[in-house]
Amino acid sequence: MDFVFPNDLNVTWSVMIVLYPYITGLVAGAFIVSSLYHVFGRQELKPVARFSLASAFVFLLFAPLPLLIHLGYPERSFNIMITPNFSSAMAGFGYIYTAYLIVVVMEIWFVMRGDFIKRAKGGGLWALVAKVILLFNLHESDETRRADARITKILAAIGIPMACLLHGYVGFLFGSLKANPWWSTPLMFVIFIFSAIVSGIAVLIFHYFIVSRINRWRIDQPCVRSMGKYLWGFMIVAVSLELLEVMSVAYKQTEEWEVIHDLINHHLFYSYVVVQFLLLSVVPFGMLATTALVRMRDSINNTLLWMASTMLLGQVLLMRWNVVVGGQMLSKSMRGFTSYFPGIWEKEGIAVAVIVFTTPFFLLWLFHRFVPLFPGVEKKA
Amino acid sequence: MRDEKDAKDVKATPVAVEGEESSAISRRAALKALGAAAPGILLVACGGPKPPPPEQADGYDWSKHYWGYAVDTTKCIGCNACVRACRAENDVPEGRYRTWVERYRIDKEGQVAVDMAKDDKAFKPLNDDNIVKAFFVPKICNHCDKSVCTQVCPVGASYQTKDGVVLVDTKRCIGCGYCVQACPYSTRYIKPGHDHIADKCTLCYHRITRGMLPACVQACPRGARIFGDLRDPNSTINTILRQRRYRLLRPELGTHPKCYYIGLDLKVV
Repeated sequence: MDFVFPNDLNVTWSVMIVLYPYITGLVAGAFIVSSLYHVFGRQELKPVARFSLASAFVFLLFAPLPLLIHLGYPERSFNIMITPNFSSAMAGFGYIYTAYLIVVVMEIWFVMRGDFIKRAKGGGLWALVAKVILLFNLHESDETRRADARITKILAAIGIPMACLLHGYVGFLFGSLKANPWWSTPLMFVIFIFSAIVSGIAVLIFHYFIVSRINRWRIDQPCVRSMGKYLWGFMIVAVSLELLEVMSVAYKQTEEWEVIHDLINHHLFYSYVVVQFLLLSVVPFGMLATTALVRMRDSINNTLLWMASTMLLGQVLLMRWNVVVGGQMLSKSMRGFTSYFPGIWEKEGIAVAVIVFTTPFFLLWLFHRFVPLFPGVEKKA
Repeated sequence: MRDEKDAKDVKATPVAVEGEESSAISRRAALKALGAAAPGILLVACGGPKPPPPEQADGYDWSKHYWGYAVDTTKCIGCNACVRACRAENDVPEGRYRTWVERYRIDKEGQVAVDMAKDDKAFKPLNDDNIVKAFFVPKICNHCDKSVCTQVCPVGASYQTKDGVVLVDTKRCIGCGYCVQACPYSTRYIKPGHDHIADKCTLCYHRITRGMLPACVQACPRGARIFGDLRDPNSTINTILRQRRYRLLRPELGTHPKCYYIGLDLKVV
């Protein structure tokens, strides 16, 4: 077990391709939360309905950025849509992404039209921006509000399968590559959808607690408790599916298992077994189970929820890493492994990744300055 | 196949925007016009329709050939002349390989070890009594009939020519690396440096269309590498494939490789 094909020594997909499914996943998860309110009428999620929709939007804007940074010729990226090769799973990205972006932008437009109008009636540059967004139509009445609500519901309903499609598709990109035993499984896209929802809910809880703390807002307790329960449920499914996948390969004892066994037990032992599973799955599972099943003071409940969400954010990021990088550590010679650790300052390094990941949060802050994402929030006494 | 694609792509032409009768263009009309013009603008921005077929010699008819490759592993002596010839002929970047040679060693316990010679030089002889069997396996792109790399290329930059060679259109490749991940034989790589695109064996397309042999075949002192026209029943490669027993690499993946291995032992992948 020591021979690596010479072209496998260099990892082709690195940090940016880890970040791409991660950010896309945040979009899908955040969108699902907003749809739980808009479509399924989960009233307790109303306080974060706009916040989750806006989060989905800003992350969606940044989803293609890691890909563009990764591409050798980003200026040719539109070729994917203009001269697509339809036999390629990747050729669908441009269309699926654009369609989803249109749905999300339209939903935001209809959900927040009233607020845009308020802005437009004010003064200054923001008013002009709001007018442009509104296409200079400032008419508002009960009738328009009813129409907006109706259209919002339809868009949110269309958005759910599209969110699943967008993220399932990202999983399919990996799952459909028959050359790689660590990727090639039909379960891959299902695993990606559920881990996406987990990361999306987790980022909302994580972020909601932070902005509430900074602004001294009163936490909406039924809302965060409900999100915590959803997070718990979805993480159980996501982690179970991942375990089932590995267990089925292990139990079948096929040729592939020989190399995958080595990959898991040596090369990915810490990042996969120890950190992703034992630390960042089992511990948050316990925390979320406690918050869901045991009555306790709000402050303790919220601390546990925040910690569990933060850990799950890390868990899903690590899962993406273990899939993307792990799959490339395993040489197609099936006889050896390569290693990889990212640089900090290189083009596809850690520093750029941090900028790409944190900018959406800044954008969300700007968004909130423009149109309040938490209407009706109360300040702490 | 490529011709059809070319024809299809040419159809996408920009739509001219008709001027409105009045000087005030309505918002709807402006948006419509922008929407209609967008594909054209993007098409121009991205370099237009696909370029013509790859460089071929005058008088070469790619519909009359179907190129194949065979490796007689019983003949290879591990001199690596082929690897050096390929690097020189095709300007292959250091640390990347369009072709390489592996050495398999099986010891008394049945343990298999595989390695490559350093710096493209010849393998150093082994004086190890423990080894009961050893052989060399030259590797190269299999130019698969059902190639995964061309299947997954999102822009059609990786394609199969009519004469059965898998090539990369350097002007269309976006450098996403999906083909590199998809190839089960790891014969592709992304070029290091500025020109960040996929690169691979072309079977020396610039040579074979002029009636010459690929550089690796030309350089082999033992005739271990065989190149020829699978469409010609009397070609050397067809004669050898009729006479000898051969194996394909990873046939279970359904890629239908066109590199035939004679005398291959064990589970060489």
